[in-house]
Amino acid sequence: MTGQAASPATPRQASRRQGLSWQVVAGLPTLVILLSVPAWRSSGDQQLLTQLLTLLALAEVWNLLAGFGGLISIGLQAFIGLGAYGLYVASDLVGLEPVVALPLVTVVIGGAALVSALFVFRLSGGYFAVGTWVVAEVVRLIVSNISAVGAGTGVSIQSLAQFGPAGRISLTYWLAVVVGAGSVALVGAVMRSRLGLALRATRDGEVAAAILGVDVFRTKLIVYVLAAAVSAAAGAVIYMSLLRIQPNAAFSVDWTARMIFVVMIGGLGSVEGPILGTVIYVAMHQWLGDFDTAYLILLGAIAIGFTIASPGGLWGLLARLIPPLRRRHFNVDLSAVGPAQTEAIK
Amino acid sequence: MDWLNALLQGTLLGGYYALLATGLSLVFGVMRLVNLANGDLAVLAAYVALVVVRATGINPFLAILPVIVVLALAGYLLQRLILNRTVERGPLPPLIVTFGLAVIIQNALLVVFTANSQGLDAGAIENASIDLGNGLAVGLYPVLTLLVAVVTLGGLSLFLGRTRLGRALRAASDDREAASMVGIDNDHLYGVAMAIAMGTLALAGIFLGIRTTFAPSDGPVSLIFAFETVILGGLGSLWGTLVGGIVLGVAQAFGNQVNPAFQLLAGHLVFLAILLFRPQGLFPRAGVRQV
Repeated sequence: MTGQAASPATPRQASRRQGLSWQVVAGLPTLVILLSVPAWRSSGDQQLLTQLLTLLALAEVWNLLAGFGGLISIGLQAFIGLGAYGLYVASDLVGLEPVVALPLVTVVIGGAALVSALFVFRLSGGYFAVGTWVVAEVVRLIVSNISAVGAGTGVSIQSLAQFGPAGRISLTYWLAVVVGAGSVALVGAVMRSRLGLALRATRDGEVAAAILGVDVFRTKLIVYVLAAAVSAAAGAVIYMSLLRIQPNAAFSVDWTARMIFVVMIGGLGSVEGPILGTVIYVAMHQWLGDFDTAYLILLGAIAIGFTIASPGGLWGLLARLIPPLRRRHFNVDLSAVGPAQTEAIK
Repeated sequence: MDWLNALLQGTLLGGYYALLATGLSLVFGVMRLVNLANGDLAVLAAYVALVVVRATGINPFLAILPVIVVLALAGYLLQRLILNRTVERGPLPPLIVTFGLAVIIQNALLVVFTANSQGLDAGAIENASIDLGNGLAVGLYPVLTLLVAVVTLGGLSLFLGRTRLGRALRAASDDREAASMVGIDNDHLYGVAMAIAMGTLALAGIFLGIRTTFAPSDGPVSLIFAFETVILGGLGSLWGTLVGGIVLGVAQAFGNQVNPAFQLLAGHLVFLAILLFRPQGLFPRAGVRQV
């Protein structure tokens, strides 16, 4: 990993430093406000925010893989479901405190992603995408056959009952804040690190990156494991809120559909895009409510429209209009998303 | 004898999987596009056939031609109007667009036809069987499906090898810039490739509809079967697609033999094992050509 230091231009390094301080200035008060929400908002609002923050975490890591790494996964639901079931096993069956179970599950499922990587990294580009989905299906089918976790019918998490209804919702909400804000901080930190530089170099051309001294496989593996771990944490928190885990729902590709829509609408290849996209998604969901089929048709059409007309999403459009945003925006040349990835299988 | 029977039924099922996978394989070969709506388009074809059959009262087999025409035209337009704007931009844009398309098709079918399962009734052939002695019998319909798959793959192979258009497709597949330099219109060719792929998906959809019931949510699993078939057979090999389909079909039949709950899982596990130990597939095409 010696060649990377030569890649960034000096002006960009400067703007990155400026960006970091800007983000901390805006981020810390937001975090304080978010953490104080249970003191002044209802349980219903906290549940809505829990949904928003966990979706944000999922969108951020999907964007880390696809927007920054050119690794398009449609199988992160494998880790969402495993996170949910992992939390049930650790807290209900083993008897750990939920707040202890959550980080443990995150680490263990992140490690399990290494096994999945053995298979999916045999494929690249579009076939990598479908490969991740097959792994998710395999996990779903296996879990659906394990009677200790309710097989096809699923299980209910009981371990949170000790906190009472309001306490459970607030605890879940705080954990969602940790996961959501943590994912933004994580992706921001990764993209400012040597790993982020190596990742973008890999996306823009694996061979060129390798020649520059980037360990391409290791780079892709690290972000894949990070994305899996965050997905597991988000899955665990989502089901601390929903309580009832069913394999077909927990391992559903619908999770990926949500991540894709949020990222494509908000903005691929920027840390801020998914935040914008998540807010828009949840707002639309509130307005259109139970109109599920029409809603999904609309989302599909919007995602297609953005992909064709504005691959940088709304954030990309905003950044084009407002120069100060552009400086902070990780400049992504979307025409260069992984030309090397179009090779199918090495 | 049960295992021999499973082998036989699995092999025949492979014909259906090959039909499902042909379009996915062709489109990837020509323009490196992984069509995530592959399965949903097959299901859509089954519904189009249903509409034709209901409107005219004809046998589903007679609906094959109109449904192929409708889907091929739709495929050409889809490619020219939407997908051609994405294929030169790396793997992500076409994946997002076909994923969005899959979501739209599923939900539009749900709105129009509800979530209830539908079926195409082809009459007596569905239950006819050929007695092979020793207690073995094969259904006439699965045999027909396999034959249609062989004829489709053979026809496509001849088309790509012997016709001017087919050779142009292979040229575009090998090097699209060089192809455009010698006067090949890539945009039109990609439209033709998608039209052919959708034609094969029309066949797959009708054979799906006669073989079993179908519902709007059946697309994704069809995509996964098609994908496993392509990878098992080896990318870029048309006849490998047939072998891949048969391997998948047999794996599922054997899994079913052990325990009906293991049918799908067995297919996936064989796929993962091949991916781990022989990622180039069982019959990789030598050299670079991908069609």
